[in-house]
Amino acid sequence: MSITTTTIALRWTVVCPLDRLDPNRGVAALVDGVQVALFRTADELFAIDNRDPVTGAYVLSRGIVGSRGGLPTVASPLHKQVYDLRTGDCLDLPGVSVTRHEVRCRDGMVEVRLRQEG
Amino acid sequence: MSGGNVVVIGNGMVGQRFVDALRDRDTQGRWRVTVLAEESRPAYDRVRLSAYFDGVDADELSLHTPHDGVELRLGEPATGVDRARRVVTTAAGEHPYDVLVLATGSYPFVPPVAGVDLPGVFVYRTLDDLTAIREHAQGRSTGAVIGGGLLGLEAANALRLLGLTTSVVEFAPRLMPVQVDTAGGAMLRRYVEELGVTCHLGVATTALRAGPDGAVAALELADGAVLDADLVVVAAGIRPRDDLARAAGLDVGPRGGVAVDTACRTSDERIYAVGECAAVEGTCYGLVAPGYAMAEVVADRLVGGAATFPGADTATKLKLLGVDVASFGDAHGTTPGCLDVTWIDPATRVYAKLVLSDDAKTLLGGVLVGDAEAYPTLRASVGGPLPAPPLALLAPEGAAGATAGALPAAAQVCSCNAVTRADIDTAIAGGCTDVPALKACTRAGTSCGSCVPMLKQLLDAAGVVQSKALCEHFDVSRQELFDIVRVRGIRTFSRLLAEHGRGRGCDTCKPVVASILASLGNGHILDGEQASLQDTNDHFLANLQRDGSYSVVPRIPGGEITPEKLIVIGEVARDFNLYTKITGGQRIDLFGARVDQLPQIWRRLVDAGFESGHAYGKALRTVKSCVGSTWCRYGVQDSVGLAVALELRYRGLRAPHKIKSAVSGCARECAEARSKDFGIIATETGWNLYVGGNGGFRPRHADLFATDLSTEALIQLIDRFLMYYIRTADRLQRTAAWIEAMEGGLDHLRAVIVDDSLDLCAELDAAMARHVAAYSDEWRDVLEDPERLRRFTSFVNAPEVPDPSITFVTERGQPVPVVGQSPAGRQPVALGLPEVRR
Repeated sequence: MSITTTTIALRWTVVCPLDRLDPNRGVAALVDGVQVALFRTADELFAIDNRDPVTGAYVLSRGIVGSRGGLPTVASPLHKQVYDLRTGDCLDLPGVSVTRHEVRCRDGMVEVRLRQEG
Repeated sequence: MSGGNVVVIGNGMVGQRFVDALRDRDTQGRWRVTVLAEESRPAYDRVRLSAYFDGVDADELSLHTPHDGVELRLGEPATGVDRARRVVTTAAGEHPYDVLVLATGSYPFVPPVAGVDLPGVFVYRTLDDLTAIREHAQGRSTGAVIGGGLLGLEAANALRLLGLTTSVVEFAPRLMPVQVDTAGGAMLRRYVEELGVTCHLGVATTALRAGPDGAVAALELADGAVLDADLVVVAAGIRPRDDLARAAGLDVGPRGGVAVDTACRTSDERIYAVGECAAVEGTCYGLVAPGYAMAEVVADRLVGGAATFPGADTATKLKLLGVDVASFGDAHGTTPGCLDVTWIDPATRVYAKLVLSDDAKTLLGGVLVGDAEAYPTLRASVGGPLPAPPLALLAPEGAAGATAGALPAAAQVCSCNAVTRADIDTAIAGGCTDVPALKACTRAGTSCGSCVPMLKQLLDAAGVVQSKALCEHFDVSRQELFDIVRVRGIRTFSRLLAEHGRGRGCDTCKPVVASILASLGNGHILDGEQASLQDTNDHFLANLQRDGSYSVVPRIPGGEITPEKLIVIGEVARDFNLYTKITGGQRIDLFGARVDQLPQIWRRLVDAGFESGHAYGKALRTVKSCVGSTWCRYGVQDSVGLAVALELRYRGLRAPHKIKSAVSGCARECAEARSKDFGIIATETGWNLYVGGNGGFRPRHADLFATDLSTEALIQLIDRFLMYYIRTADRLQRTAAWIEAMEGGLDHLRAVIVDDSLDLCAELDAAMARHVAAYSDEWRDVLEDPERLRRFTSFVNAPEVPDPSITFVTERGQPVPVVGQSPAGRQPVALGLPEVRR
């Protein structure tokens, strides 16, 4: 079993007003040089790495948002692998996942705090 | 004997099947094959010979498959067989054999009547015969066919289609005397005469008379009647071609044909005979299916097998002059003590008869005229218990269709390819879950196709649930969803999901609904909630590439472009450092654009008069064209003009999958129209329309749908074809698969969009008229609207920063992507070849 250490950045970075995020669609943001994919569903915000772990391309923010068995999901626009937005786990390929980041809305502004898993 | 030289005499359907079967089985390549063909063209489908008159060309009928280790010698008929030296002689020389296969077929029997050698008298056997008939028919008005059997009726239909007033003369008292009984023949006659073909039955032809030009002009019949006939086809039966075998001293059957045992071996153990020239234990077979079975037997024997000819299923089902006729088993009730059950319905003009065993429990045979829907099930049930009470089987649209599941394991489901119920069940158990998989696995349904409905029933019977559910969010198929959206006037995904689905949708159902809404004309695809449904290509109106960049394809209708516009594309590509490539659809693809560059690129293109090419959409892509009659010395119509008109008419039309088209200006077909969803080929007098072609993963030639159309009639048919496809196809189903899966196939499609059998044409026409009127260039609309433009940034919080992950290296003078840390990192091909000069 491998040990995973998670580092959480100390500060929150303000990204954009909430209304720049269309419901059920993603956008990419650049936070301290890291590409983050932000998603807004009917009632929640999610942030994951923008990098598709299967292909290495920075495209996950452009995937289609939906649900599978009640879990909120995004599908990679390249080869359609589906990721659980809450955990970052790929639901189609066991053992594949993307890094999650923390996201919140304060005073109408979307804020992100980076996590690094290694 | 497990190898050496095989010489095959004859390259008809059965001879070719033998070669294919041997090549399939002889995986070690132990046999070298020499095929001696009399005709100058390789094997073709004689069963579909008449299709030649419908505009199907000779290439389309070809059955020729090139194989390694097979030498096909066209136009080199065998002239003798020297069994002692084991050589076959031809005019060109000698061919030594270790094994000889006779596949010489049959010749038409021409009765010894005065005048049968006159000009204008033909047989109906080869493509050359048909060409000669067509030429002689020019400018003539009456025709007659001697012989009212299967081939005679085919020939009569051909003459009718060539515009001749046609009579049929049959010596027996009814049409199709071999297959059909008296009452069935009477029903058939009513159908045939209604088409304007006069029948003279129970009478012999006594002489053919010449006219002033020396060609045939009339037929004299034994009853004294004289029929005008400027063209006569003799179709009075066939005889096995056994002359080579006789001359070589081989045994022949009591009524002719090369005598063979059930291994298809002649009286010389090194010589086999297959097909119509062979008399298996005394019986000759004039159908292709028994011939195929013999070919397989011999191929098996040559690789050490012990196959034997299983006896023949002489069941027949065909559509003659538009009438379904089927006959199977003991159709004439010759079994001692057998019982008949007959159904005659003059109103619907259906005749059906079943022959049962004396205890009425076993089906022995039958005849169907007018409606042969029950044929597949009935034929497969011969020799076994009745699958349902007789009247239920015979009644129109009776229970016949639903009973394939009751068939015994040994029942033959596909007689063309000798596939039994047990074979189908094995394939299903092995993982086949739909009809296409069963076809690929067993070959059932790949020849005449009449058993396809049974394949579905057997899947049902095996409990294979063929779920129509689109995904976990919708229980219905795309087609049903389309109707729900259309009929209920639903305009948003959220309402559709709330009323007819569950969950939040996914990357399957969202693009489907987006496409349906677009097909029904719901405004710009990036407006409101619709934007969230689009996959990334439609969302950015460009094609996502492997490195996260996009490609741009402006529309170039028909592939025609002015030098000025070509220069603009070059300048845009140069200024934005885009990799540039000519596509297969006669346009230009510009690769490597970042999302923030797309509006800048399109501003330049739109200003120069370009519009979206919809390369990113499940929509009409291109209508290719050859240069046509404007320039080409062979062209007969303006193919470029038509291609441009069609591309402009259907541009932006969203569909279940992409749609491609092409127009060729003559039969040379330089635009490759027959590999397209709809393809058009010019004729001297108009246009031929082909539908359902496909390149891609599973290539398929398009089927000829209508011939010699005016431009108006052509466009109306294409309008309806496309709209019917959009309404009824499954998700991501190309037109090829759509037509293959359609119950009734092309006939059904023709009924719907030509004959308006569903009373739908007006609606389809109106839907296309709405599409054409509402078209607007998607890219121009985006550039004019800041709200739509907002999404074209790489980063929401740094709109001025280009995506740093998109970087290029130079290959052959152009930028190509570097994909960071990709395990599938690509390598340029280095072959040590000279470089292209720039």
